[in-house]
Amino acid sequence: MQKARNKTASLLWLIFRYILIIGISFIILYPILQQLSVAFKDKTDIYNPTIYMIPVHFTMENVRYAMAVLNYWPLLKNTLIFAASTTLLQAASCSLAGYGFARFNFPGKNILFTLVVLTILIPSSTLMVPMYIHFRSFDLFGAIHLVTGKEGINMLNTYGPSLITAAFANGLKSGLFIYIFRQFFRGMPGEIEEAALIDGAGGIRTFFTIMLPNAIPPLITVILFAFVWQYNDIFYASLFNSSSDLMSIKVSSLPADVNQYLPGIMGIGTGTNVKVDPNQVSLIVDTGILLAISPMIAMYLFVQRFFVESVERSGVVG
Amino acid sequence: MNIKRLTLTQKRALLGILFIMPWLLGFVFLFATPLFQSIHFSLSNMKIAPGGGYTLDFIGWDNFKNAMSIDPNFNRILTQSLSEMAWNVPMILFFSLFTATLLNTRFVGRPFARAIFFLPVILASGAIAAAQTSGLIQLTGSSEMAKELGQQQNGFDPLTLAFTLSDAGLPMWFIDYIISAVQRIYEIIKSSGVQILIFLAALQSVPVSMYEVAKMEGATAYETFWKITFPMVSPLILTNIIYTIIDSFTNSQVTTTIYNTAFQSQNFGLSAAMSWIYTAVISIILIIVGILVSRRVFYYN
Repeated sequence: MQKARNKTASLLWLIFRYILIIGISFIILYPILQQLSVAFKDKTDIYNPTIYMIPVHFTMENVRYAMAVLNYWPLLKNTLIFAASTTLLQAASCSLAGYGFARFNFPGKNILFTLVVLTILIPSSTLMVPMYIHFRSFDLFGAIHLVTGKEGINMLNTYGPSLITAAFANGLKSGLFIYIFRQFFRGMPGEIEEAALIDGAGGIRTFFTIMLPNAIPPLITVILFAFVWQYNDIFYASLFNSSSDLMSIKVSSLPADVNQYLPGIMGIGTGTNVKVDPNQVSLIVDTGILLAISPMIAMYLFVQRFFVESVERSGVVG
Repeated sequence: MNIKRLTLTQKRALLGILFIMPWLLGFVFLFATPLFQSIHFSLSNMKIAPGGGYTLDFIGWDNFKNAMSIDPNFNRILTQSLSEMAWNVPMILFFSLFTATLLNTRFVGRPFARAIFFLPVILASGAIAAAQTSGLIQLTGSSEMAKELGQQQNGFDPLTLAFTLSDAGLPMWFIDYIISAVQRIYEIIKSSGVQILIFLAALQSVPVSMYEVAKMEGATAYETFWKITFPMVSPLILTNIIYTIIDSFTNSQVTTTIYNTAFQSQNFGLSAAMSWIYTAVISIILIIVGILVSRRVFYYN
């Protein structure tokens, strides 16, 4: 009797759990499914109220228009190169710093690490104006002023600011990445390093040939996070690169762009008076957003297995 | 050089400093310097010269007074973000702990479920989230027809849900409750991706033997959760609270206001003052929360 009751209870719990999981999954996937449905929907289908999700008239028209407005392939290439280079620099500088904090003892180490945590806590808007001015006339310790007598280089609308901040481990959420690396390296057995030292490897060689190859879990976590956040970042992008070809900038001005350029692309004519059906505009905007997130989703599907495993082992926890 | 004469400890210390050098340089020139400049700006009336460079007139606390008492929006936006945060943080924490517990148990299709649950980590930040909102405004702004369409195309359709539920014969208050919960849950799920990850990692680190002992002693699942799981993950609750607070502030309206004050109104001093008020408020909240929560946290080691 008791056993039977236990069995029913656990069966009920199982069913309840599945309902919850499927329900939450549905909530997460629903907007993407909707966007997919919208992307392939013909504009005549907008006015057909009987259509739910699956369009009657399939068309690639929206995708084509959205790609034309976004100038998709060059834009994507540009953004990917940008995000990939900052990600690599950030992973490199943050892993070095994380290793330094985890494995060495030097005076002031704890104070310096507290400062790392401080960089996580201070909102980036506090540094916004000085950083903007700093990169508006960028000058390395006044060296350029000394040589040329000019005010320094204007680095705005180049990738300079992001690359420099990433290379010096002060980029987007770098503090968090240093923290992740530190926690991981702290958990690695010290005997490995001692063995390497006895076999004659110096500290730098030990790091590159022994520690780093073993740090795949935090590397994957950090690279994925850094890449995604950079790709999506709107704050620094609009501060430093407001007129560059970056996906996040283009996506945030997409509704306006569609209104402006779509008539020309469709061949109706140009000018401020020519307007496209607003519903069609929103179809294209939705399709454009889908186009913007699809590389991220593709990448996520590819790495998510490693990612979830790596998060469990990388000790984000400490 | 006399590098040979250094002891091993000193060599290691030098090497350690070498490893953190990139960060240290970056910190001094790209963080500490701007931070002090920002304090300086907030106390000055700042004008940017067109060629590069800027001029500062020291005006004392005027910018802070302006932000707090003269600027019509700043106070309101600040309190609004604060109350939103107070409302969201417990929900996000509860939801992420619950979900992490759910995902930590074994069931068929778990890898698949995990993949979906972490999708918001990717999608719910920055430009894309912002564009989805503006796309929605675009749609609903046009006409009544487009309004209905907008609700069908973007987000959830509360009307359909309401009709389904009332067809099923549920009372009205219950329908209301469900709808408001459903409409909020997307927001909550969206912002709890990283938190779920952190809790999940914490749950994985709880020794299995503890659960085995509890099971042998005849503890129920409920007791196990409150006596073992909850205390063991409690240090991470503090981490998660701090992360959620910072995260909710980075995407808030206040940041936008500060940005617009600087780059649209060209009032750089006021903007710096606003960001310092904001930083001060966040720090106070973090300190209070830190003290309150860390008293209750249980450390295993």
